[in-house]
Amino acid sequence: MTSSDLIRRTAAELADLLTAGEVSSRELTEAHLERVSAVDERIHAYLHVDAEGALAAAADVDRRRAAGESLPAAAGVPIAVKDVLTTKGLPTTCGSRILEGWIPPYDATVVRRLKEAGLPILGKTNMDEFAMGSSTEHSAYGPTRNPWDLERIPGGSGGGSAAAVGSFQAPWAIGTDTGGSIRQPAAVTGTVGTKPTYGGVSRYGLVALASSLDQAGPCTRTVLDAALLHEIIGGHDPMDSTSIADPLPPVVEAARRADVSGMRIGIVRELTGEGFQAGVQQRFDEAVAHLVDAGAEVVEVSCPSFTYALATYYLILPSEASSNLAKFDAMRYGMRVWPEGAPDASAEQVMAATRDAGFGDEVKRRIILGTYALSSGYYDAYYGSAQKVRRLIANEFAAAFTRADVLISPTAPTTAFRFGDKLDDPMAMYLNDIATIPANLAGLPGISVPSGLAPEDGLPTGFQVLAPAMADDRLYAVGAALEARLLAEWAAPLLDGAPDVTSLPMPAAATKEDAR
Amino acid sequence: MSDPTRDSLTRDDVAHLASLARIDLSEAELDHLAGELAVILESVATVSSAPIEDVEPMSHPMPLVNVTRPDEVRPSLSPDQALAMAPDAEEQRFSVPRILAED
Repeated sequence: MTSSDLIRRTAAELADLLTAGEVSSRELTEAHLERVSAVDERIHAYLHVDAEGALAAAADVDRRRAAGESLPAAAGVPIAVKDVLTTKGLPTTCGSRILEGWIPPYDATVVRRLKEAGLPILGKTNMDEFAMGSSTEHSAYGPTRNPWDLERIPGGSGGGSAAAVGSFQAPWAIGTDTGGSIRQPAAVTGTVGTKPTYGGVSRYGLVALASSLDQAGPCTRTVLDAALLHEIIGGHDPMDSTSIADPLPPVVEAARRADVSGMRIGIVRELTGEGFQAGVQQRFDEAVAHLVDAGAEVVEVSCPSFTYALATYYLILPSEASSNLAKFDAMRYGMRVWPEGAPDASAEQVMAATRDAGFGDEVKRRIILGTYALSSGYYDAYYGSAQKVRRLIANEFAAAFTRADVLISPTAPTTAFRFGDKLDDPMAMYLNDIATIPANLAGLPGISVPSGLAPEDGLPTGFQVLAPAMADDRLYAVGAALEARLLAEWAAPLLDGAPDVTSLPMPAAATKEDAR
Repeated sequence: MSDPTRDSLTRDDVAHLASLARIDLSEAELDHLAGELAVILESVATVSSAPIEDVEPMSHPMPLVNVTRPDEVRPSLSPDQALAMAPDAEEQRFSVPRILAED
C-alpha cells in the first residue's frame, strides 16, 4: 500500500489495518508527515509539527503490539490537536503572539486520553487567536487556507484542524467549539465535526475562551470516525468541575447502526430560508428528503428567541473572555513587553504594554466589549439581559425537543468566503455562526456533516443536527444515515472531488510569517 | 453614558475601558475601535428588547455544584517546572516589575 493510499483511508480503516498487522504505526505516521511536508506550505494547517514525538509514540505502539500487548482499538492512528489544548513539552500558542514559544508543563485531559489510547500526535493546528473568529484570519501566525480553494477561508476558529483533516494531513483531529468553531469549519471544508454535550468532554487544559460555552470535540472525514474519537476523549474527569459524571451515550453503536426509522426530525424555522445561500438551502432540503426516505418523520418547530442568539452570545462570550484572558498579565508565563523608554515601569504598565503588543485586533475588541458589558451601571442592561435571553433559548430548545428527537438546520449560512471579505466588518463575520451558536448557549450537542457542493460555486455545504443534552448518540444516528445515503448517491466521498492541493499554484501570501 | 441601550461608546469611553482591561491601546487603535464597538453595541443591545421580564438569568448550561476531592497530597509541578516559562525568575520565585511607586 502506498503512502498516498494510506492517508486517504478513514481512521476506522487504519485502526483495522493496524490490528491486522498490515501496516505499522510508524508507516502511517511517516505517510502523514510526508503529506504535511508536501502540502502544508500551501494550506498552513499546522502551527507546529512534532515529527520526532509522533514517530517515537508510533514506535512505542508498534513495539507493544509486536509484544502481544492488548491495545486500545485505534492505537497507532496519528492525530492533530488544535493549539488551544495544552501539550506537555510541545508549544501551545492559541494562535496568539502573547503565548509564542510557551511550552506547557502539563497535558490537557483530552491530550492525556489521546496518548493513553496510543494516538501519536502529529502537531498543533492553526486557529483564530484564542478561538475568536470564524475564518482563522485572526491567527497571529497567518491564516489557514481552504483545501477546496486556497483563496478562501477554512472556517474558524478551528480552521487548522478541519483543513488538516480535509487535506489528508491527519486522519482526524481535535477541535474546540465555543460558538461553532468545530461545526462551521467542518461545513466549509466538506468534513465532519461534533460539538459534544457541554460537560461531556473535559475542559481541563483547554485554554478557556468562554468557560460556560467551550467544548472540545472530534474533527474527522466520516461520522463513524467522529464517534470513535468522541468515545476516546469523552467521559467524566475529576479535574473539570463541570464534567458530567454519567457514562457517555452509545455514540459508536449509533454511528454503526445509522438508523433513523421513526425518528422525528425538527426543522427550526428560524434557522432556514432567509439569510441562507441558495445552494446551501438546496442541499439542506435534499438532505431532509434523504432522511425522510430513510424513515424519519419531519416536523417544523419554531424557536423565536433564536433571533436574539447572536446578540446574546456576543455579550456572554466577551464578558467571560475578558475575565478569562486577564491571566495574561506578563508575570508568570508568556510574553513580557516593557513600555518604550520606561525601564522603571510598574507591573501594571508592563502588563498593559504586553497586552497591547501580544493581543491581536479581534481579541482586543472582545476584551473591551466584555469589560463594558460587565461594568457597573451597564451589567443589568447587557450581561444581565443576555443571561435571561439565554434561559429563553434553553427553554425553547426544551419545548422543541418534546416535539422532535433532533433538530436540524444548515450548519453555516454560506459556503467558504474569500479572505478579507469580512475582516473589516465584525458583525458580518459574527453572522457565520448564526445557526451554531444556540447549541452552545444551551449546552447541547451538535454535529455537522457534508451535504454536498453548492451548485453556484462548487464549494462544500454542511448539514447540522442538534440533540438534547447527553443524547449525543442521536447526532451520530442521523449523521451516519445521511452520510450513507449521500455516499450512495455520489458514488465517492465528497472530498474525492476536491482539487489536488499539490497541483494548485502557490498562493501569493501563503508563507507562515505573512500575517502582519 | 446614562442610557446604556441607546447611547454609544465615545473614544474617551474606549480609552477608559482599555485602561480597566490593562491594554495600552495606541491612538490609531482607539479611533478604529470606537467606531467598530459602536456598531457591535447597537446590535447586541437588542437583547434588552427580548421578552425577558421575570425570566431567571442563566449563567451556565447546567446547575453548578461545588466539587470536592479527598484532601490528599498528590504530585504537582516542581519549582523548576513552574518557573521554566516565566519571563523572569530569581531565587525560585517569579521576578516581576515594581508593584508600588517609589515615593
